[in-house]
Amino acid sequence: MASDIYFNKDHHAVRMAVREFVNKRINPYVDEWEKNGFIPLHQVFKQMGELGFLGIRYDLQYGGEGLDYWYECIFYEEFAHIKGCSLPLAAAVQISMATPAIYEFGSEYLKETYLKPALKGEKVAAIAVTEPGAGSDVSAICTTAAANKDHYILNGSKTYITNGAQADFLTLLARTSDEPGYHSFSLFVVPTDLPGFSAGPKMDKLGMRASDTAELFFDNMKIPAQNLIGKQGEGFIYQMKQFQHERFAVLPLAYTLVRDMADITVEHLKNRVAFAKPLIAKQVLRHRLAGYLAQAESLQQLTYHIIRMKMAGQDVTKQVSMGKLIAGDLIIKAAGGCLQMFGGSGFINDTLISRYYRDVRLLSIGGGASEVMSDIIAKTSGF
Amino acid sequence: MDILVLLKQVPDTESMISIADDGVSIKGDGLKYVINPYDELAVEQALKIREAQGGTVTIVSVGSAKTEQAIRTGLAMGADKAVLIDATGMMIDGLGTAKIMAAAIKELPCDLIFAGHRAVDDDNYLVGPATAEFMGIPNISMAIKAEVQDGAIVCQCTVEGGTKDVKAMLPALVTTQRGLNEPRYTSLPGIMKAKRKPMDVKTVADLGLDAAELKPLVTIKSMSQPPERKGGRMIEGDSVQAKVAELVRVLHEEAKVI
Ligand SMILES: Cc1cc2nc3c(=O)[nH]c(=O)nc-3n(C[C@H](O)[C@H](O)[C@H](O)COP(=O)(O)OP(=O)(O)OC[C@H]3O[C@@H](n4cnc5c(N)ncnc54)[C@H](O)[C@@H]3O)c2cc1C
Repeated sequence: MASDIYFNKDHHAVRMAVREFVNKRINPYVDEWEKNGFIPLHQVFKQMGELGFLGIRYDLQYGGEGLDYWYECIFYEEFAHIKGCSLPLAAAVQISMATPAIYEFGSEYLKETYLKPALKGEKVAAIAVTEPGAGSDVSAICTTAAANKDHYILNGSKTYITNGAQADFLTLLARTSDEPGYHSFSLFVVPTDLPGFSAGPKMDKLGMRASDTAELFFDNMKIPAQNLIGKQGEGFIYQMKQFQHERFAVLPLAYTLVRDMADITVEHLKNRVAFAKPLIAKQVLRHRLAGYLAQAESLQQLTYHIIRMKMAGQDVTKQVSMGKLIAGDLIIKAAGGCLQMFGGSGFINDTLISRYYRDVRLLSIGGGASEVMSDIIAKTSGF
Repeated sequence: MDILVLLKQVPDTESMISIADDGVSIKGDGLKYVINPYDELAVEQALKIREAQGGTVTIVSVGSAKTEQAIRTGLAMGADKAVLIDATGMMIDGLGTAKIMAAAIKELPCDLIFAGHRAVDDDNYLVGPATAEFMGIPNISMAIKAEVQDGAIVCQCTVEGGTKDVKAMLPALVTTQRGLNEPRYTSLPGIMKAKRKPMDVKTVADLGLDAAELKPLVTIKSMSQPPERKGGRMIEGDSVQAKVAELVRVLHEEAKVI
């Protein structure tokens, strides 16, 4: 197996542990979660926390495993085998979207109070950046946090927040000054059990139907000053760094999903006879699938290159943006192409391929749209 | 309490098995290997008893270098240490394995032994009971409950159409049956700790056994694949009643199962 060049026995053991968990404790429940439009995250994260899946690259000191990006990548590669993307999304929020900034810039107090329980799976985390009036243009957010003695007063709203309805705390970006520029924002840990917080009704979405996505409201909510992450005014910079972890997490999910979609499509084409032969005999279909696999392979290689860059302490903003751009385009093309090969059955809602098709549509939108990735690539390339 | 677990590495039951060119063995390349599922129950039960009573859990396995992977999984579940008897290249049958096990166990502190009731590759049902026999200790087969009480192991076992309660004084050997417990999942901290746990590697000669003693009494003459499963058959009929009547007739007259 080619991947043995990259992975040793320990990596393999971790891979097997995640795979067994996905096969036995996750996949049997996915259909039910999809039907209910809900995943009991406190229960599932508790199980994941006990097995050490939530803090792979975080320090032992905070209940992490002290391992490196290769292990995290293995985790995501295996988690992508879940039959639907809602839980991988929820887990990626917990692991790579809402906690990296607390770990990197947060005080010991914040790490003890929020990071540790999040890694144990005792607290569910969400990342709250997007607002009704500001998505791609993060600097347009208008939720405010006004400093007032030993606390901040939070006012405003956030929308499309994954895990929003179940979260125990939010890692939230708010404006702390009216001045123009990037130093007017701060990142906070906002516990959802304080007065002034409320969540809107569940949103009815195209895909990711088991993931809870909510609009959140903050009405004169008093946030203790010690819940500020790092320094006041640095939140935007912290969040841009945090986005790198979020976007990286998408890559192993994407190339693994492309392969899984190709696998179930090949299986279908082998069994589906048309014009007196199994459809897999059609060269046009074989070539289409081969194209997806070739691109998945190159995305995997870019991902492994990024891991090596990260391990060497290099800035990966440009490469991660390239990866996310490629991943978003590829997975939407592959999902559409595979669904096409399923014919009418692909159009039926409860088939796996149609679930993938709906779920993966988010990839080129969430966590920074493809066009935003292209902007970053252009800028970091000097034009 | 010092508890031993006899553990075998077997091909994953989900693997596609193909027969090797010699016609008497299977192709090992590309197969995924796992702990024999019944031995996983054995590890779990040993860990449960250790957690309740204190003591150690030691894995004993006869295999080759690649067996380490299955052993490390058992250590990652929580066993304390392991002994691997490397028998690479030797042709050994179930009785031979039991002889090796008995010789290896003689050198270890041992109050209680758990083993799977069979390995899912060879389906011999032999190594556990034969090891007990060579050691001269009691054997209890196919336990679905196993508790230590006052120097004895008290088990509930499956028998044809029912269960029986059995008790044996320690030391004793107990083989496991599905239903005994739900094996725990390996955790990342478990995997990392397992790397530092001791695994003794010994050869058959180290145990004072010579090859002649282990000459297999059973040899495999040939292997063949089971016949391909035929496609399903739909029962036709105008009403549910008619379909059921036809189904009963087919099961009774053609399949002869009812
Ligand atoms: C299911 C789901 C879950 C989400 N989870 C979260 C979450 O947990 N936390 C969170 O904070 N947010 C979350 N989001 C929000 C997501 O990050 C935003 O939707 C995304 O950043 C795009 O912002 P927008 O929706 O405001 O689109 P807009 O900013 O209005 O952009 C619309 C479109 O315009 C184009 N566009 C944007 N900028 C440019 C540009 N510079 N050049 C050219 N074209 C451009 C793109 O095609 C883009 O898709 C989630 C969204 C969804 C759908």
